[in-house]
Amino acid sequence: MSDRISLTIDGRQIEAEPGQTILEAAEEAGVYIPRLCWMKGLSAFGSCRVCTVRVNGRPQSACTQPAAPGMVVENDTQELRELRRSLIDMLFIEGNHFCMFCEKSGDCELQALAYRLGITAPQYPFMFPQRELDATHPEIFVDRNRCILCGRCVRASQELDGKHVFGFVGRGAGKKVAVNAESGLGGTDAAGDDEAVAACPTGSLLKKRVGFAVPVGQRRFDHQPIGSEIEQAQSEE
Amino acid sequence: MGKPRVATTSLCGCFGCHMSLLDIDERILSLVELVDFDRSPINDIKELSGPVDIGLVEGGCANEENVKVLQEFREHCRVLISVGDCAINGGIPAMRNMVPLRECFREAFLDGPTVVNPAGKIPDDEEIPLLLDRVYPCHEVVKVEYHLPGCPPSADTLWEALNALLEGRSLELPYELIKYD
Repeated sequence: MSDRISLTIDGRQIEAEPGQTILEAAEEAGVYIPRLCWMKGLSAFGSCRVCTVRVNGRPQSACTQPAAPGMVVENDTQELRELRRSLIDMLFIEGNHFCMFCEKSGDCELQALAYRLGITAPQYPFMFPQRELDATHPEIFVDRNRCILCGRCVRASQELDGKHVFGFVGRGAGKKVAVNAESGLGGTDAAGDDEAVAACPTGSLLKKRVGFAVPVGQRRFDHQPIGSEIEQAQSEE
Repeated sequence: MGKPRVATTSLCGCFGCHMSLLDIDERILSLVELVDFDRSPINDIKELSGPVDIGLVEGGCANEENVKVLQEFREHCRVLISVGDCAINGGIPAMRNMVPLRECFREAFLDGPTVVNPAGKIPDDEEIPLLLDRVYPCHEVVKVEYHLPGCPPSADTLWEALNALLEGRSLELPYELIKYD
């Protein structure tokens, strides 16, 4: 196929379709680039920067940067692992992430990335911010203590559910996810089976009355690091 | 040369991490062959006797006594290890960190639905250690060499960590032993 693009990632030659991002091309080639705000089926957002790679020496977010011929991409380097660790550390200390009683523990992408990076404690002091919990909806709740502002619920609600239930309000440290009703989530047309609920990488947006159904030891990230399904898919071929 | 000395303590914790240490089952027989225990709830010794090789600290710092004990451990332990989520991030006790201290006291001693307190006084006896403004992770109070996350860290995690240090290996936990729950 003549229109395939050829590039290298960590010294390995891979191919990409025109228009594919570095992250997508890498995934197809069995190379996992860590990510949080990116999700298959949603538009790219480029906000978490966890997928930052070096492209011809320059830092770029792999989820937004299209693959181009001859690109030299660095992904799994000491420098980038440390950068990603810092980002994950900051997400932990700027929220209130109590994994020990969180229903999402073992299935949480933020926690799973920390596991994959071998983080035993964040390197920054904890902030313990005041955040709100909205349990007004009969089927789902929003716990902003666990929100990392990835915007996956915002995009999933717009792009997949066609509902516009969630949106960002505020700036900087005051930024948060708001819902499309003054009375809270219960006043919106959100439903428990919405893609927006499933899109949350942490325990910030959860379905009620289904927590802790999967026993410890059988959860998604109990034995296999996040991303290993992508790496294994390649090695089995 | 004597055996390496190990001291353990629980600050603002629930002793769950100590229970996990007991959960190493029959390996505890090997452990007492390998080390001598200094101050620890396991032998009920209340004071550190001198220099210690490894100090295991469960729980974060919620009051002035926790800080004092932690500082003593730091002073006497060659290697200090935060054991469990409370020591590492404050854990469950740190849920009060989002509530002003005065409100916590009011709820606990005056306004709570199950409170019986005819004197209407918040306890302030000098025997009671003063609460800190919030619960602090141990590494925000003193330098800590290693962290063993988990609520509690599994017996295997504690066993692996102790063995690595006793054998002079670097303490790098495998994937399945790093858990936050």
